[in-house]
Amino acid sequence: MSGPGMDATPVTRVRDLRVRYGTTEVIHGITFDVHRGEILGVIGPAQSGKTSLLRCLNRTLEFTPGGHSEGLIEVDGEDVRRTRDVYALRRKIGMVAPLPVGLPLSIYDNVAFAPRAAGLTRRAALDDLVERCLTQAALWDEVKGRLDSLGTKLSGGQQQRLTIARALSHQPTILCLDEFSIAIDPVTTMRIEDVLKQLKAEMTIVLVTNLTQQARRLADRTMFMLEGSIVELAPSEQVFSATPADQRTFDYVNGTFG
Amino acid sequence: MNAPLPRPIVFRRPWYSVALERAIEALIMVCGISAVILVGGIFFFVFREAFPILASPNFGLGEFLFSIEWYPTSVRDVRYGVLAMIVGTLAVTTLAMAIAVPFGIGGAIYLSEFCTPKLRETLKVVIELLAAIPSVVWGFIGLTVVNDLLITLFDAAVGLNVLNAALLLALMSLPIIVSIGEDALKAVPDSYREAGVALGATRWQMVYRVLLPAARNGLLAAVLLGVGRAVGETMAVLMATGHAVQIPTGLLEPVRTLTANIASEMGEVSQGSEHYRVLFTIGVLLFGITFLVNLAADLAVRGRRR
Amino acid sequence: MFEAGPEVRRKLGHERIAHLVLAAVTMCIVLPLFAILAYLVVKGWPSLSLAFLLEPPREMQTQGGIWPALIGTVYLVGVSLAVAAPVGVLAAVYLNEYARDTWFTRLIHVAVINLAGVPSIVHALFGLGAFVLAAGLGQSILAASLTLAVMTLPVIIASTREALAAVPRSFREACWNVGATRWQTIRVVVLPNAISGILTGVILQVSRTAGETAPILFTGAVMYKAVDRGDVFPYRLTESAMALATHLYNLATQINGAPDSLQFATATVLVGAVLLINSTAVVVRAVLRSRRKW
Repeated sequence: MSGPGMDATPVTRVRDLRVRYGTTEVIHGITFDVHRGEILGVIGPAQSGKTSLLRCLNRTLEFTPGGHSEGLIEVDGEDVRRTRDVYALRRKIGMVAPLPVGLPLSIYDNVAFAPRAAGLTRRAALDDLVERCLTQAALWDEVKGRLDSLGTKLSGGQQQRLTIARALSHQPTILCLDEFSIAIDPVTTMRIEDVLKQLKAEMTIVLVTNLTQQARRLADRTMFMLEGSIVELAPSEQVFSATPADQRTFDYVNGTFG
Repeated sequence: MNAPLPRPIVFRRPWYSVALERAIEALIMVCGISAVILVGGIFFFVFREAFPILASPNFGLGEFLFSIEWYPTSVRDVRYGVLAMIVGTLAVTTLAMAIAVPFGIGGAIYLSEFCTPKLRETLKVVIELLAAIPSVVWGFIGLTVVNDLLITLFDAAVGLNVLNAALLLALMSLPIIVSIGEDALKAVPDSYREAGVALGATRWQMVYRVLLPAARNGLLAAVLLGVGRAVGETMAVLMATGHAVQIPTGLLEPVRTLTANIASEMGEVSQGSEHYRVLFTIGVLLFGITFLVNLAADLAVRGRRR
Repeated sequence: MFEAGPEVRRKLGHERIAHLVLAAVTMCIVLPLFAILAYLVVKGWPSLSLAFLLEPPREMQTQGGIWPALIGTVYLVGVSLAVAAPVGVLAAVYLNEYARDTWFTRLIHVAVINLAGVPSIVHALFGLGAFVLAAGLGQSILAASLTLAVMTLPVIIASTREALAAVPRSFREACWNVGATRWQTIRVVVLPNAISGILTGVILQVSRTAGETAPILFTGAVMYKAVDRGDVFPYRLTESAMALATHLYNLATQINGAPDSLQFATATVLVGAVLLINSTAVVVRAVLRSRRKW
């Protein structure tokens, strides 16, 4: 876990994070760090709090009625819950939702949306950025001739890569993906996995996944969550070995439950 | 592979863009709140004009509500009793609903369960157009067409009466009952229908035994909204009821409703007079009645959603 | 072949009867529209002409046309929509996009529901008390239009909310995730995709407003105003005007000696205008729906 340009301070620190919706607590005080430049895999069955965790990170939790969090979350040393500019905070984090969302705008506008919203208006800079992001998301070659056609008319797999391009468009420090492969075919999934391997050189990636094998393939470290708590957080080799620290991890990873 | 961009790129929105956004959001907020102010405002202004008479010793609320004597312009013995008009409103509304509810619910069932999608779209457009006919035109039709019809059919002395107005109100509230009723039936999950059909029920049995009970609340709301429309309707009843302040003893008797009374007399009263204030008091009464009916309908709809 | 037993045949018989009865019932709802339209047109036909639309009434309104009423209605509808449409749409944006689920929001919700159910004659009283008297506008186009606007507002709010709610939430979340503010999300993604529903709702209110009678009876509509043939700017907003709906009411109940065909022709024009606007809304909705972007 060391290399050129790698910083020892964690890019994200989470301390005793609790999340409730109304009176139902879904995350019961979890603590962990995300290291700079790593891919952190997050696995666990449904309802284990993975998505809520991501929603705390970029503070979209507050859009859900009754959503409330306690504890400390720091991104780049900034306390997320006390940040002065929540929009700038969200731009530090690229977020890819489980279902692909092509906005009902042109492909170009889909990618240019975030930089424009943030105040970037120079056409040349936007053109540059759009091409760069679409290329990074491995979509450029397929759409470069029709940037003005609707993002919603792309296929599911293309839309998911468009979503990734959009998430990259505001130059995030961390890229979070929430079960990105749930609605797309295996071939596209493998392409996106390749994309992630490339992106790793530039940013930290948090990969929430329902496919344990995906975490094994990509993640440097893997975190196993169950019912709102962390069961185990360790280098992937250990989590996926025959002897993880917790028996439940072994059972889940080997398909005995979950 | 592109060389990594220098990061972070500092994005900054120009101040005027932020300021414009703040201004727009403030405007949006003001508009949202205006809705509440307006409801309060309606009650306030109607009540404000009515208030002096309520406080005056010449006016008794009991007499107002329970006397049938309405002699607002009498020189010697002024009386403000609206019971006859309350009964008139009730009579017209009840009869209208007795006509409209079976037709309305029947139409809703036909649209939602029996007819082809194409026919449904056409019928819905037609019903939408029916709803668009202005009430003054309905009143005009009552005054001319229905009037002649009733005189011919029933040999009535006057064709402007309870039945005439009820027919008009029935036609006017049908579109509401049909469309809200259809929504209610459509909201019943398809699994109910499939379960009914799987048990070997015909479509009609399925409607009768499964759909109607399941959509009960929504249908109730449809009827209540129809009632609200009928109670509050003014021009049609003004022109078609025949204008007599009396307790009706038959369907062919002329009556007067609360709404028609305000419309016909407000033009002639002098501002600030007792009579003027009593008319506003009737407005407060109407406001209260329709408020309750609509609240009930809203509760019924929410009951359905739960 | 499968042979239907008597029990099954009886059931299918019921089914057929139910179907027929329901179809007949529905026809009973739909047919009056056509019967009424046909009757109005036939009875009004002798008086219907372009001159009828463009000429002012003559001979104590027993002759001539309806121009002052027609243009008066255009004024009333125009001014009331100019107020109600922006306020209504923005209020709906507030309720649907900004307001959180608090007691205050629920209060607004109840208020809007009830505002929509307030009888038109109570709106008339409100207009009289608030705009004509308290605000000192007198009986004028302005007072009548504002009264109509208040009446229209809740319906525009309701239809706009429905249109906004039809835009999938996932679009909004995608925008929030990339750091867009609520307003940026609304402007770029929500409004452009709700516009067809919003527009339909507003057009429908044009037709409803044009037909309203009770609310303008004491707030700004008068029996007669002298207006030149085809004059497009005959009224100032601070003075009263004639309106098509009240003109029909007056012809039918207040004015002696107006020939039947004149009354029916007036009713035909009013209904025709209203249905024309409504059909426009239906077409707009169909066209814009077919261009949906997802």
